Amino acid sequence: MKILVCITNVPDTTAKITFTDNDTKLNKNGVQYIIGPYDDYALARGVELKEQSGGTLTVLHVGEADADPQIRKALAIGADDAIRINADPLDSYFTASQIAHVAKQNNYDLILMGRESIDFNSGVVHGLVGEMLEIPSYSPVMKLEINGTTATIAREIDGGKETLTVSLPLVLGCQEPIAEWKIPNMRGIMTARTKPLQVLEPVSVDEMTTPGKYALPAPKGACKMIPADEAATLIKLLQTEAKVL
Amino acid sequence: MSVLIFIELDNGVIKKTSLEAILYGSKVAEKTGGEATVLAFGSADSSELEKAGHYGATKVLHASGEKLNHENSLAYADALVQAVNQEQSKVIIISKSGLGDAVAARAAAKLKAGVVSGVTELPEINGSFKVTRSIYTGKAFATTEIKSDIKILVVKKNAVEIDENALSTVQAVVEAFSPNLRDSDFKATVTNVEKAASELSLTEADIIVSGGRGMKSPDQWQPLLDLASALGAATGCSKPVSDLDWRPHHEHIGQTGIKVAPNLYIACGISGAIQHLAGVNGSKCIVVINKDPEAPFFKAADYGIVGDVFEILPKLTEAARNLK
Ligand SMILES: Cc1cc2nc3c(=O)[nH]c(=O)nc-3n(C[C@H](O)[C@H](O)[C@H](O)COP(=O)(O)OP(=O)(O)OC[C@H]3O[C@@H](n4cnc5c(N)ncnc54)[C@H](O)[C@@H]3O)c2cc1C
Ligand SMILES: Nc1ncnc2c1ncn2[C@@H]1O[C@H](COP(=O)(O)O)[C@@H](O)[C@H]1O
Repeated sequence: MKILVCITNVPDTTAKITFTDNDTKLNKNGVQYIIGPYDDYALARGVELKEQSGGTLTVLHVGEADADPQIRKALAIGADDAIRINADPLDSYFTASQIAHVAKQNNYDLILMGRESIDFNSGVVHGLVGEMLEIPSYSPVMKLEINGTTATIAREIDGGKETLTVSLPLVLGCQEPIAEWKIPNMRGIMTARTKPLQVLEPVSVDEMTTPGKYALPAPKGACKMIPADEAATLIKLLQTEAKVL
Repeated sequence: MSVLIFIELDNGVIKKTSLEAILYGSKVAEKTGGEATVLAFGSADSSELEKAGHYGATKVLHASGEKLNHENSLAYADALVQAVNQEQSKVIIISKSGLGDAVAARAAAKLKAGVVSGVTELPEINGSFKVTRSIYTGKAFATTEIKSDIKILVVKKNAVEIDENALSTVQAVVEAFSPNLRDSDFKATVTNVEKAASELSLTEADIIVSGGRGMKSPDQWQPLLDLASALGAATGCSKPVSDLDWRPHHEHIGQTGIKVAPNLYIACGISGAIQHLAGVNGSKCIVVINKDPEAPFFKAADYGIVGDVFEILPKLTEAARNLK
């Protein structure tokens, strides 16, 4: 089985977000970057499936060279090789077009992604890629088993979950508890250094969107404290002051 | 500009988030001198669909039939593109959900349309078409100009506010819509659906009462459930709570769980870790009950009570019951 896992390179979940250059760029100062947490689930399940049934696992990232440490980490976790499309991925359609271009040349059986990136939180790249390749896409997937060329998937639907079976090839957006995150071991880190990381230039795509300015949310007002023995007055305040009841 | 709004039904009733989408789409149509048309899939009475008119839509395309009753993003996207071509729509509005994102994405690829997901406000239209969306899991906003001829906006809850008193009494015209369905969209076999039928959905709920590890154990959840029932609220939890199987996984709220945006979020015995806050920072009003005055959640709260949840919850429940 040929598996492709698409990863993002994103600020750590606890990072403080600020902007520079007249609010047109993220201030990367002091921000630690990680593999997107959902992508990390996709990667972990991909590695497990590869270990079970053999085959290859390629990681793909659309982004600039500062992502290379995260790509190496994915290689250390168990990917065989990596591709980086050298471009600043600011538009979902653009990113998906790059992924679809790579996928068309390689005929992957399974393309695993995260349910969403935690920078843009769009949740659309898997659907875009699925349609560009004219194969099904499902998200968010919580469980994935492969038997021959058939996948059994459990995915979240509004207020519950649904199990379905469908033939490969597929694009899936993953979330927990599909697998446990994997931490690279020493051997993995050593071998990752020599695994191939191919850097390709992007294919040209019509411009769908242009990024504008960034902004931070208005600061939150102070929290109104209510003494524990007057707890019941909270309900009144919610009704008359906050007007949410 | 002609606007098409994809809506979701829940047992034949238009979801609240979809009503917001209709209002949103109608406002875009109004701004640009076009008409707002709704596209609905699955069984529903015409009398329900006509209500789209109250929110500003002129017409509802209703695609029904056995095959379309079950949520299927592949088929819905295919049909949506056919509706876009029929109506010559230029803007497509979809409310944010797993299904909404999938339909938006697949339709965008077919239509070669720019798609922006997580839109929080009405677009700015004057020569250019600019939208504001939430990024970094609620920690920031970005404005984006959409340049493609057809534009797809996936809109977050509360992007527009529904004022029940300002709704029109006009009814939308309901038209049957019969898209060509491709076999390739129906290849998956659904083998099992687990859905708590009576449960209020977290993403739709106006009020959520949520519990963390401070609730101590799964058999001590009753006081929280009582408050939720008194308020007509849905219930949620923090990640450790669902990891410990105290509560079902689909109640898990936060960065790695569900993102919610109710009018009122009541957090009981939740510390307020940044990953939890990431799932609730779209809430209008946040109440925090925690015995530790230093709990970080208070910094994100509108109202706070320092104290023991097991003493405070019953008092709130009693006060809530007396409201009605
Ligand atoms: C990558 C990553 C992703 C994560 N994603 C999520 C996520 O999506 N959602 C999520 O929730 N967490 C997530 N977490 C975990 C998160 O960091 C916290 O560990 C978690 O939210 C803590 O849950 P808690 O507040 O219920 O428990 P605790 O941190 O143990 O807090 C319990 C709180 O209850 C209070 N308390 C105790 N007893 C009482 C009482 N009797 N009355 C009143 N208050 C009481 C305590 O003062 C304390 O503040 C994630 C972590 C990581 C690393
Ligand atoms: N720049 C990128 N490079 C590789 N994969 C990406 C990129 N952006 C998004 N993805 C994949 O698409 C998923 C959904 O992203 P999004 O639609 O941005 O929320 C992510 O979890 C990744 O798996």
